[in-house]
Amino acid sequence: MSVRHALLALLEQGPMYGYQLRTEFEGRTGSTWPLNIGQVYTTLARLERDGMIEAASGDSEADEDGSKRRYAITTDGRVEVATWFDEPVGRGEPPRDELAIKLAIAVTIPGVDVASLVQRQRTATMNALHDYTRLKRGAATDEPADLAWSLVLDSLIFNAEAEIRWLDHCEARLARRSSAPTRSTVAEEAAR
Amino acid sequence: MNPILTLADVTRVHGAGAAEVHALRGVTVTASQGELVAVMGPSGSGKSTLLNLAGGLDTPSTGDVVVDGTSLVRLSQSRRAALRRTSVGYVFQSFNLIPALTAAENVALPLELDGWKRGRARDAALVALDEVGLTSAADRYPDDMSGGQQQRVAIARAIVGQRRLILADEPTGALDTATGEEVLKLLRARVDAGAAGLLVTHDPRHAAWADRVVFLRDGLVVDESGRARGPEDLLDAEAAR
Repeated sequence: MSVRHALLALLEQGPMYGYQLRTEFEGRTGSTWPLNIGQVYTTLARLERDGMIEAASGDSEADEDGSKRRYAITTDGRVEVATWFDEPVGRGEPPRDELAIKLAIAVTIPGVDVASLVQRQRTATMNALHDYTRLKRGAATDEPADLAWSLVLDSLIFNAEAEIRWLDHCEARLARRSSAPTRSTVAEEAAR
Repeated sequence: MNPILTLADVTRVHGAGAAEVHALRGVTVTASQGELVAVMGPSGSGKSTLLNLAGGLDTPSTGDVVVDGTSLVRLSQSRRAALRRTSVGYVFQSFNLIPALTAAENVALPLELDGWKRGRARDAALVALDEVGLTSAADRYPDDMSGGQQQRVAIARAIVGQRRLILADEPTGALDTATGEEVLKLLRARVDAGAAGLLVTHDPRHAAWADRVVFLRDGLVVDESGRARGPEDLLDAEAAR
């Protein structure tokens, strides 16, 4: 899972406390995927169990929740990070896409107003695209951390754009299929 | 907010009888000072008709078009042309620069047509070229410029002499992504400085630079995104419960 690898990669820079790791992770990803501190410590405990990290030398191991310990990466951990960067992210099984599933079901069930469904989704996705674009306009891109966040924003922007283009495509295909009752009825339905 | 452009319940019918085509079937769109409004829709949805009506290049079959407080519908053709020259700036996909004129001359042209003295028009053109970052290219010809530079000249021509309404028809269509974004930045900056803009585009990423996106389908507004969710909307939502 990516959080595990991301934290491990951050530890390659040097030993860090759990809260430090969270700050670094969120800084580089613009808090797009906020981590709760409990999740960080659970992940660190698993990494330690798997021999990827260990308590940094000289730090006390006294406290139980790990909040006062700094963690250091092990040799195994470094190998794991190198492998993560070397291998492409798996594209074998497409992740579940709620919208694609919803549309696939909608077009097969009589009585669902698919044109309105498509338009409502397009508006919602366009609103998200507005917000990302506004954030992007405010993001300076000279510092490495800003660049990292700006690239995450680009990813969100490209995904939203792709979704809107896909919805346009679906709408065009549906309009062609139902061209018998004329295009204006589709528009009237959509306008309702 | 102050609407600079209002299209009020406009319809536009081309042809008559059996050949009648309803390009717009009752559309209301406003663009206020400081507001950039994008219009999206498939071809044939009425986008270009809407833009032509907003710029006074065409008149509606019914409804009203108001630019800067003046109803275009009741104006004579010559008064309408005058208003178009002084208040409205156009940016097209194909730049539409005159090849025999330099950048500065292209930008000064609408002012000269409006009766400005040549020197004064050139000064205003240089100010506009400076705003789009092309001061050094003032005396170059369009053919010696990249597509992005030509479009910046076209934007300078659209904003020269404090035009308050900017109409842009696929202004990024002929440009690569990065250059297109530069063009949008310029449009956005001008609108933020107190103009109003209507932007027709098929690119969702470019429409996202607008404050609102109006979706057209078969001559009707079917939805709108990015509406300001201000206190009034909250009250409306409260009242609707």
